Amino acid sequence: MVTDEYILSSDNLNVYYGNFQALANVSIKIKPNIVTALIGPSGCGKSTLLRCFNRMNDLIPIFSLDGSIKYKSQELYDDTTDATNIRSQIGMVFQKPNPFPKSIYDNVAFGLKINGYTGNYDEAIENSLRRAALWEEVKDRLNKSAIGLSGGQQQRLCIARALAVNPEVLLMDEPASALDPIGTLAIEELIRELAGSVTIVIVTHNMQQAARVSDETAFLMVNDNRAGYLVEHDYTDKIFTNPSEERTEAYITGRFS
Amino acid sequence: MIKNILKKENYNQNLNSRYTKGKLYFTVFFTALMIAIIGLAILLFQIISQGTEMLSWTFVSSYPSRFPEKAGILSALVGSIWLMGLTGIFAVPLGIGTAVYLEEYAPKNKFTQFLEINISNLAGVPSIVYGLLGLAVFVGALNMGRTLIAGALTMALLVMPIVILASREAIKQVPYSHREAAYALGATRWEVVRSVVLPSAIPGIMTGAILSMSRAVGEAAPVLAVSALVYLTFVPTDPFDRFTVMPIQIYNWVSRPQDGFRELAASGIILLLVLLLSMNSIAIYIRSKYQNKSEE
Repeated sequence: MVTDEYILSSDNLNVYYGNFQALANVSIKIKPNIVTALIGPSGCGKSTLLRCFNRMNDLIPIFSLDGSIKYKSQELYDDTTDATNIRSQIGMVFQKPNPFPKSIYDNVAFGLKINGYTGNYDEAIENSLRRAALWEEVKDRLNKSAIGLSGGQQQRLCIARALAVNPEVLLMDEPASALDPIGTLAIEELIRELAGSVTIVIVTHNMQQAARVSDETAFLMVNDNRAGYLVEHDYTDKIFTNPSEERTEAYITGRFS
Repeated sequence: MIKNILKKENYNQNLNSRYTKGKLYFTVFFTALMIAIIGLAILLFQIISQGTEMLSWTFVSSYPSRFPEKAGILSALVGSIWLMGLTGIFAVPLGIGTAVYLEEYAPKNKFTQFLEINISNLAGVPSIVYGLLGLAVFVGALNMGRTLIAGALTMALLVMPIVILASREAIKQVPYSHREAAYALGATRWEVVRSVVLPSAIPGIMTGAILSMSRAVGEAAPVLAVSALVYLTFVPTDPFDRFTVMPIQIYNWVSRPQDGFRELAASGIILLLVLLLSMNSIAIYIRSKYQNKSEE
């Protein structure tokens, strides 16, 4: 695992919600243009870590952190770093599909508008929908409400909406957990499609999913104080076939969860 | 395997008595509804049977008079519409602004909690208290005189809590996930409010605004304190004119001994009810229209 270029990296990251410590000494380095999966038992702080990467945790008043967390060479929680700017470069897809109650077109156009896109809107929207593998299904109903789409289509629309801002990183917080098997499969195929053109960090409960879609996997666990910490981070193949840590193997093989 | 100790014969479903209980409660609730409807129907019947005779274009287009057959409600009708419009101009933007601030911007601390509780309390203050406040502050201290503008400002204070509470409810209904989605795309707080929260909340906000306007049209007490005029033989043409409103005119007619004025009062009530019902219908229409739109 020798790469000089990391797109996201944390060093001794500690995260607190009020007095509660959610993450303890997490040091992780994420490579560009691959898929990294974050796995681990419930409450291990996978989502918290994910939400540190685009400063979504800022919206929680009792949130605080120490240690370092960087996007490329930029310190994410520096006073000079603007959260709004960061979020336009690091997009996010949520657990439950959350399209706006607007038309399909307007959903994708939203990010273009607020970020002052000067190019051709129709072109950008078609391209984003194509990248999200949704164009063929919606090209004749772009002005219909997004609420009429199926759950899986809604989630792909949310991915298209995020892609329209042209982010370098896409954070996905259990993007398929609210979907049926067909919708899940479509999202997984899409993640593989997107890998290479955008860096993806995905939180998942489903270990088969992590094995199927990711290039690297990071395994987090909970310590005695219920704070999450990083156990192991390696190539997905290695994590699932020959992990270095016994705790990882125990979790992967289902001996505890 | 743990042995199942539950036995069929230990269950007594007793369906008949459960259904009887259900029917009993249905009857109670249905009767409650019927009492309300019948009361309303008797009221309406009485008013309509008294009021339709005098209800004519002359009634709508004439000024008050000593003679019932010549008297009309024009000055009060125009006064009510003026008052409603001006009240709306003051109360709706201020009310929505307050609601947006409290829901989207205000930090959750003791001070905002204190504000929130008191806004709810203000909604319960008797309207005559607002009338006296308006009389002291707008008519007296600010020297506006007994004008439409003083009446509208008083009425705006009275209905603002309604606008604020309805708007806050509407804003609360907007799912947090929509706000999150917008923030994650790099939206600023104002962009989230303008493009995500307000479009979703607008039907609820509009309903609250219209209901508050119909409250303003129906109120007599505050106007009685601020305006104190009943007999008005001109139509207000600007916000600094004297004015009267329909509830006061109706109250005046009811209190006169002649039968003719009683009938006039009933006609006035019909007109007022038509105004109120049509405003409430608009509110219902707006709500259902937007609801259908978002579910399409």
